[in-house]
Amino acid sequence: MSNAAPQDVIKEPSMLKQKEMIDTNFKSLSTANEEGRKVCSTFVPGNLNELLMCFDLVRNFPEINALQNGMRKKTGRLIMEAERNGQSEDVCTYVKSDLGMMLQGNIGPTGDKLPDPDVLLLSYTGCFTFMKWFELVREHYDCETIMLHVPYQADGKITQNMRDYVVKQLKEDVIPTLERVSGVKFDMDRLRQYMRESAKAEDDLVWILQSAKNKPSPIDAFFGGVYYIGPIFTAFRGTEAATEYYRTLRGEIEQRLANGQGPVTPEGDFGKERFRLVVEGTPNYTNFREFWKMFYDEGAVVVASTYTKVGGVYDFGFRHDPDHPIESLADYCLGCYTNLSLPARIRMLCNYMEDYQADGLVINSVKSCNSFSAGQLLMLREIEKRTGKPAAFIETDLVDPRYFSAANVKNRLESYFQMLQQKGAIQAA
Amino acid sequence: MTVQEIVDRCQALFDDLDFNAVKDWKAAEPGRKAIGYLPIYVPREIIHAAGMLPVGIFGGGDQLEVIHGDAYYQSYICRIPRSTIELGLTGRLDSLDGMLFPSICDVIRNLSGMWQLLFKDKYVRYFDVPQTYRDDIAGTFYIHELQSLRDDLGELVGRPISDDDLRQSIAVYNDNRKAIAALYQYRAERPWQAPTSELYLLLRAGMVLPVEEHSQLLRDYVAAAAEEERPRRDNCRVVVNGVFCEQPPLGLIKSLELAGCYVVDDDFLLITRWLLDDVPTAGDPLENLSKAFLHHSAATSAKFEPDKADKGKFLIEQVRSSGAEGVIFAAPSFCDPALLDRPMLQEALNKVDIPFTAFKYAENTGQLQAIREQAGTFADSIKLWSA
Ligand code: SF4
Ligand code: SF4
Repeated sequence: MSNAAPQDVIKEPSMLKQKEMIDTNFKSLSTANEEGRKVCSTFVPGNLNELLMCFDLVRNFPEINALQNGMRKKTGRLIMEAERNGQSEDVCTYVKSDLGMMLQGNIGPTGDKLPDPDVLLLSYTGCFTFMKWFELVREHYDCETIMLHVPYQADGKITQNMRDYVVKQLKEDVIPTLERVSGVKFDMDRLRQYMRESAKAEDDLVWILQSAKNKPSPIDAFFGGVYYIGPIFTAFRGTEAATEYYRTLRGEIEQRLANGQGPVTPEGDFGKERFRLVVEGTPNYTNFREFWKMFYDEGAVVVASTYTKVGGVYDFGFRHDPDHPIESLADYCLGCYTNLSLPARIRMLCNYMEDYQADGLVINSVKSCNSFSAGQLLMLREIEKRTGKPAAFIETDLVDPRYFSAANVKNRLESYFQMLQQKGAIQAA
Repeated sequence: MTVQEIVDRCQALFDDLDFNAVKDWKAAEPGRKAIGYLPIYVPREIIHAAGMLPVGIFGGGDQLEVIHGDAYYQSYICRIPRSTIELGLTGRLDSLDGMLFPSICDVIRNLSGMWQLLFKDKYVRYFDVPQTYRDDIAGTFYIHELQSLRDDLGELVGRPISDDDLRQSIAVYNDNRKAIAALYQYRAERPWQAPTSELYLLLRAGMVLPVEEHSQLLRDYVAAAAEEERPRRDNCRVVVNGVFCEQPPLGLIKSLELAGCYVVDDDFLLITRWLLDDVPTAGDPLENLSKAFLHHSAATSAKFEPDKADKGKFLIEQVRSSGAEGVIFAAPSFCDPALLDRPMLQEALNKVDIPFTAFKYAENTGQLQAIREQAGTFADSIKLWSA
């Protein structure tokens, strides 16, 4: 087992920058209550970061706290705490990790205290559980809750009725409530400015993700991708810091590409690229590095993933649009990955398989998340049928260590890689 | 008809996983169509107004052997989607010309996409309902959704659905809700006369029978029940909560009564009681349906509660109005909506000193002994407590 990174791995400037950004946000969250700064808690999919910044709100993302706690191996005990407190063992562990953290004094992943929120912005995009999550959190606080209901793209398209509904909620409910809570008047030009920044970062992010079309791929678009999406999916989209982060990251990847290098792993450079994979589903965070190692040890690189689209699907053209700010916020919310229909998700994955010249598909089905997982086995069959490429199915969880069985996952992956190799050898012969 | 005859008929409909009642209804007149729907709520008035038969699909129960369905789902998930897929793949739902998947949770939401892929020749629609409640925002959205369902179904039957068709269907469903309310009231007053296992079968019959026939059956039952004196037991009175989607096996419902609990209110088959008041028949029918949904519909965990202070109020009101002494939380395993709601509802009950107990089930739970014991202990404790 090697889930500790060797000490001598050189961190690239983008990594250091991201760490600094995240630390700064946790610090500003920890002092927000004392400094009288207002805090908004909200979810990653369909988050309105640009809008929230217009009201000088500090942004807290409970999902990010849960995953960061998972990476730091703290979630096992937080989940148990929530279960001792009446939560069922059956339900989403992100929720329980968050509730457990609150019960234990709300100390965040970095050890800094997290603030009491002044407003809960329930961006109800792509996940039913969000609704229950914030109803549960609301029990602990005396603060406003805004429900932003984002209809589901069941037929694979955004209708005008859906867009109008979201736009109206934004204009007539979300914005007035945020004005009232924050005491700051809404300024459309300020929103436009943030959105201009978002679009720049989004351009670079797409370039970065699509760099994986190269052979060898200079990035890992799932395990590495989790880091790449960090700033843009959370408190930084729309900031100059995010624009700069993505510019720096792009520069580094351009360099790797020029050198013909593969991705950076926790143990240094990736060896020879043997298999190119597409991954559907979320990562496991409690054993993140161990899980990743099972891939890079075998020369398997992930060239495209859907998880890196949960906080926004940008690679098919969508950008935050400063000329139509509110409408584009609506389209952003409506377009997040888990808000797409199953047939649309299948089409997207088939596209990835082809465009990124993948050898196969791995689905990580997590116990927590029906939004992702319900229906994945049918997706797997369909994609195998349409692409002729083999797929593997593994079951873990996001942040509950009880549901990560390293031996099982490894076995499953090893036999899958063997099969890919045989298939490759036959094709080459 | 006697109670026994009515119950036998309902039991036969319940047991028939081939939906012969639907086939018979369709065969009686050429060109008839039927539309299935999953829990919790779809506006059946629109299906009815199109001249179609709305058919409630509530999983496979404990009689269906799931063979194919398991291959479509991961380990940790409730059971109703597996058995629903099984029903579909084994041809048992072939008599349905379409399926509606209401917005209740991500499992059923995603099942709508699976249905699109697996049953390409059928009409499939995910039916989104608003989670905000202003008429000028949510109402406008919802009326569009209703209109689009109306257009789709009109196209399917080859004639537009008129306002008058809708008004007439609204009246028919108002009448059905009245008949159901009367049954519920009768049970709350005399639960030994109308056991919940029978009430449940009557509700299930309403998932496959034409609504007019169902309303009559409900009334016949209450009239017949009043004719028979049945033994009264020293049971406690409870509300059952959490059973709105995947169904507990009938044996479980019977067990509760045998264990000493009279169920006097519940959230079974909520579609039959979703709208709390009559929907006006005058004026714009879609607007009326929308207002009824937004302002006069039941609270469940599938609906956002905008006001923290109101969380649990609906349940407490159910307890009070039915004269219940406690609540049994029964939820399907792996049901995020019910299980995440539960602690909040329990907290609300704690504040007003209403006792409760809680367990999980699956539609095919075979071992009922533990549940029976738990319900029995709960009933005893209530009796002790109130003595
Ligand atoms: S169900 Fe899935 S999308 Fe929803 S909160 Fe849990 S992990 Fe996130
Ligand atoms: S039982 Fe619960 S989780 Fe399963 S489909 Fe129904 S509402 Fe969804």
